[in-house]
Amino acid sequence: MIFKTGLRHLREGFKGTLRNGWMSFAAISAVTITLLLVGVFALVMFNINEISDNVENDVEIQVFITRTADENSVEKLGENIEQVPGVSTVTFSSKEDELAKFQDQLGDDAAAYGTVEKDNPLHARYIVKAQDPTELEEVAKSVGSLDNVDDVKYGKDYIDKMFAFFNGIRIGGLALIVGLTLMAMFLISNTIKMTIFSRRREIEIMRLVGAKNSFIRWPFFIEGLLLGMLGALVPILVIYFGYDVAYSALQPSLDQLNSDIFKLIDPSTLTVQVSLVLLALGAFIGIWGSTTSLGRFLKI
Amino acid sequence: MISMQKVSKVYPNGVVAVDDLDLEIRDGEFLYVVGPSGAGKSTFMKMIYREEKPTAGQLLIDGLDVGKIKDRHVPKLRRQLGVIFQDFKLLPTLTVYENVAFALEVVGADTSSIRKQVMDVLNLVGLKNKARNYPDELSGGEQQRVSIARAIVNKPKLIIADEPTGNLDPETAWGIMEVFEEIHRRGATIVMATHNRDIVDKIRHRVIAIENGKVVRDEEKGAYGYDI
Repeated sequence: MIFKTGLRHLREGFKGTLRNGWMSFAAISAVTITLLLVGVFALVMFNINEISDNVENDVEIQVFITRTADENSVEKLGENIEQVPGVSTVTFSSKEDELAKFQDQLGDDAAAYGTVEKDNPLHARYIVKAQDPTELEEVAKSVGSLDNVDDVKYGKDYIDKMFAFFNGIRIGGLALIVGLTLMAMFLISNTIKMTIFSRRREIEIMRLVGAKNSFIRWPFFIEGLLLGMLGALVPILVIYFGYDVAYSALQPSLDQLNSDIFKLIDPSTLTVQVSLVLLALGAFIGIWGSTTSLGRFLKI
Repeated sequence: MISMQKVSKVYPNGVVAVDDLDLEIRDGEFLYVVGPSGAGKSTFMKMIYREEKPTAGQLLIDGLDVGKIKDRHVPKLRRQLGVIFQDFKLLPTLTVYENVAFALEVVGADTSSIRKQVMDVLNLVGLKNKARNYPDELSGGEQQRVSIARAIVNKPKLIIADEPTGNLDPETAWGIMEVFEEIHRRGATIVMATHNRDIVDKIRHRVIAIENGKVVRDEEKGAYGYDI
């Protein structure tokens, strides 16, 4: 009997959605538009996060070693740097390595600088990465105070500005997503209120013939759930296929930059996750909208 | 069946709708409730099916103090009585059959027993061949028969009818009264508020007149007693 009643609620929920066709359409559209925006922003956010993580992890401190330092003291300096709190990796690059890199960058013009090979003017250096990129400044200071360090460079201003920029985008994006979600909830709750209002006679009669509140509530609950999930359908399809298209269109040109930083997140994992989140969000918005609207119609 | 002891209803705005009312309604009785509009008839009826709570006194239905039952037990009370209104209160989107079946679905009855009970009761009110029609395809009298069918499909012992013939022409009203008489013959207690003098005068039953929230007259086989 419970199963049968459950089926009835399900049937009534679907019927209600169809019966109030235009109202349902409006509610579904509201959810669709919102979730579409939320979905697109989520994708952009995830990628910005990924890229900013890449950038943050890519930030290094250049430690230029005094030219007069002998091999032992260079080695000792390397060990000392590793002891500095907050340092994650230390890589050595000799004068010759630096020269090779330099010549690489110059390409064919390298021959013009032939003489530098005999009298290499470049510093040997350590390349240091910090465990937490935001602690770069302290790490750089500590490293700079060690012996045999000629100079320390890490592009302070540039990095600080970049972090502020990324944080701004993250906070702004998050605020936008929260705002959009609240707007969708408001819209769907209003729409379901209208659906319920247009069916208040039905509710009145249900109560007269002795329906329990739970019995009255279930079909609307299912209707709300249905509206929310139907509203999530289009955004999910758009996200699922659209991101794939965007990824294959953008990634090849980003690959030409030949950098570890500008890599978009692979569609296979991301779209499934975002789709599930959108579905859950749609369902939540729908249920929330219907249950909050029902309350005042159920007072006996 | 129904026992009212010093029942009063004062609305929050101060209007005294029912004032210190005592009344006994016996099992199987047919009771007309007459009186001018605004005299408290509707409030009197509403308190019986617990749409309104008395503000003082005791209202017992089969020993149950209706004014004191909790909100969540109201559905159980409503399933034991049938309520009929002047405006029928049918759902326009449902067929005649579905409108009547509604009252049973709510209780969670199974489909085959719903089918049998609904057809039986449609037969009783003479609408067996209109089961698939929608309310707006029916005449006023037929619509009222549907709402009566819905009210009695649960086989309640008590029927509350608030001016059931108020929207109907005299001839149709007689037809409706025949249905009520049949239900009464089968043993149900009927409480009917009405303004229909002809009916009250011709089909004689107990009559109570309510004025200013009090019973001013109570007669077995009484007459309507008001000049129009």
